[in-house]
Amino acid sequence: MATNDSHKPDIDPLTGVETTGHSWDGIKELENPLPKWWSITYLITIAIAAVYLWLYPSFPIGKDSLDGSLGYTERQAVAARIEEAKAAQSVYVDQIASASLQDVAANAELVSFAARGGQAAFNTNCAGCHAVGGGGLPGGYPVLADDDWLWGGDLEAIYATIQYGVRSDHDEARYSEMPAFGADDLLTSDEINQLAAYVLSLSEGGADPTSEAGVLYADNCASCHGEQGEGATDLGAPNLRDFVWLYGGELEQVAGQIVQPKHGVMPAFVARIDDPTIRMLALYVHGLGGGQ
Amino acid sequence: MSTTAATADGAAGGGMAAVRDIPLSETPGYNEEIVKRFAIISVFWGVVAFLVGVVIALQLAFPLLNFGEYLTFGRLRPVHTSAAVVAFGGNVLFATSLYIVQRTCRTGLFGGKAMAEIIFWGFQLVIVLAAAGYVLGITQSKEYAEPEWYVDILLALVWVVYAVVFLGTVMTRREPHIYVANWFFIAFIITVAMLHITNALAVPVSITSTKSYTLFSGVQDAMTQWWYGHNMVGFFLTAGFLGIMYYFVPKRAERPIYSYRLSIVHFWAIIFLYIWAGPHHLHYTALPDWAQTLGMVFSVMLWMPSWGGMINGIMTLSGAWGKLRTDPVLRFMVVAVAFYGMSTFEGPLMSVKQVNALSHYTDWTIGHVHSGALGWVAFVGFGAIYHLVPVLWKRERLYSEKLVEAHFWVSTVAIVVYITSMWMSGITQGLMWRSYDELGFLQFSFSETVEMLHPYYVVRALGGLLFLLGSFLMVYNLWMTVKAVPKATGTEPVSGQSGAGVAAPAE
Repeated sequence: MATNDSHKPDIDPLTGVETTGHSWDGIKELENPLPKWWSITYLITIAIAAVYLWLYPSFPIGKDSLDGSLGYTERQAVAARIEEAKAAQSVYVDQIASASLQDVAANAELVSFAARGGQAAFNTNCAGCHAVGGGGLPGGYPVLADDDWLWGGDLEAIYATIQYGVRSDHDEARYSEMPAFGADDLLTSDEINQLAAYVLSLSEGGADPTSEAGVLYADNCASCHGEQGEGATDLGAPNLRDFVWLYGGELEQVAGQIVQPKHGVMPAFVARIDDPTIRMLALYVHGLGGGQ
Repeated sequence: MSTTAATADGAAGGGMAAVRDIPLSETPGYNEEIVKRFAIISVFWGVVAFLVGVVIALQLAFPLLNFGEYLTFGRLRPVHTSAAVVAFGGNVLFATSLYIVQRTCRTGLFGGKAMAEIIFWGFQLVIVLAAAGYVLGITQSKEYAEPEWYVDILLALVWVVYAVVFLGTVMTRREPHIYVANWFFIAFIITVAMLHITNALAVPVSITSTKSYTLFSGVQDAMTQWWYGHNMVGFFLTAGFLGIMYYFVPKRAERPIYSYRLSIVHFWAIIFLYIWAGPHHLHYTALPDWAQTLGMVFSVMLWMPSWGGMINGIMTLSGAWGKLRTDPVLRFMVVAVAFYGMSTFEGPLMSVKQVNALSHYTDWTIGHVHSGALGWVAFVGFGAIYHLVPVLWKRERLYSEKLVEAHFWVSTVAIVVYITSMWMSGITQGLMWRSYDELGFLQFSFSETVEMLHPYYVVRALGGLLFLLGSFLMVYNLWMTVKAVPKATGTEPVSGQSGAGVAAPAE
């Protein structure tokens, strides 16, 4: 470490340690040795690295690599864990997959398993629109925890809705379309305002079927929504007299829906989730509070 | 504050002068104008980076703050990262490296004024073009390498000019040896050129199109990207800033570097090991197992070499510990070294696959990055700039050491608030993602893990805000230093310039 620019050692007066004898813009360097703990720790990390390289896949050789003495590969490790997880659940999952939904619903053990599995799948796949717990979200995302069902609330109906979706691109999808009474000039805006008030009165009371608005309702709406506004789940026509409003219960909101209806879309899950999970989802949703 | 001229320094350098035969009184023709310019612009970009950081932190906490098409999180995030790393970090590195190389080589910049001007204006143009592109949606979607091909080419050209100026200055030096700070700067300049040019290889759709397609695909693209990304941290933010540390800490403490031998060993160990560690960013992905293994073990071996810089930085204070109490500028730099030590322990820890399985993709990574970026990079930068401004503008002292003190505490609290909130949210996130119930089902949905983050994000934004406020104190203090502090009378103003052994009384 000797430098060529000093004959006698230059000693730092504060520490008594020799300097390298050189100064850059007033900065010198001391000749302290490497800290022992530093060197030892460094060597230990190198030893750990060597052991790890011995145990695990390490250096590339052509298109392959040194295998490592443990024979570990990440792909196999993941596959093994997935198999393990599947095996642990297979007792329940196999029964849920093969029995009818009714039979599953009658088996308390399976129901409690499906409730957990359904909840996990629900929170991942459904809660984005229907909210955790199935409370729904404003703007057309139905509540699933009540007994107001657009497409039916028994196990089979819920199962089918999840499988094929609503207005999805699946051939079996639930499908309905309400005419745009205002946008397509089927009714005048005066008539629509009357109708909206009448629709609200179906829930709030005082609806008079013989009034002008009542006749308008009978002519234009009753075929799907029913004479009394009771709705029809086979048509996907909402119940209008239960105070549940998908797109809002203010007069303007109801009128707006008559003028130019919004139609919600739900994806078909049959291609996204395996069948036992869809079954568990159906059981879970059915059990949220309003299953029929 | 001492204004002792460099007499003691002259005595110490006497032997050397005998060899080189250059009297110390000779004016080496330093180009300090360019250093001034870089210092000013680095502070400006620093404030921009912190401000945009606060904005995007708030956008994460309150998504409603994403306005329109141009000011969404997705477009502003690269503005923040590039402003912090490239614009703030880069200009600090230009300012300090071009200052240090002249002082420690005792000669003016190679290539004269013109080449220095090209670096300055070229680099600022790169920043503005890049940022404008991000906001307009022009990006090649590579993290920390978002600019499209036309900006990449410009940056490569500017960088080559910088390399010529820096290496030319080192080669025409009037000192027999190359100071350690310059080793780090040389490693930084060469490696960043290599990283940037390789990772930016792309084919433009046409000469008039802003769009290009990268030369790499699939896992090779990912590996190239993280070889680049990791080593930008390693050579831009670590090696480069170690260069800054190696000059300003001994200068400010007025003490010799603790161990020359450690400098050599840890320099070469860092340079050799760092370049291999990139694959740890791609654990548990399609990257082949062997590459993941190498990425991990090289990171583990990197721990002590990184700490070599911390030891040399902190132990340089032996005999001058008292200055930490009285000199807030030195404290900025020493606390920076402490944060550096913490980050470079945390990094290898997170590179261990089992730890990474928990930490990856969580806010823990964000916390880690910011303990390095705020604690190390920004603090060293602040310290260097506080030291440089009175020197460059020949002021007898800073306008207010009290304000430096306030800046120090506000930003230290800011960093602690920031990184602890991210540690907590990150670890919670990682644990929630992996928790299964006794039946083997996921305990939490992704949306629940996002909901959980909200309070931590609010706290994080608060930390960022404090850091931003601290930077305002710095801007005001520096402005007033230039405006209101009288000119220094000595040839070498401010502390840190007097000879070794003469303890300058700090204010």
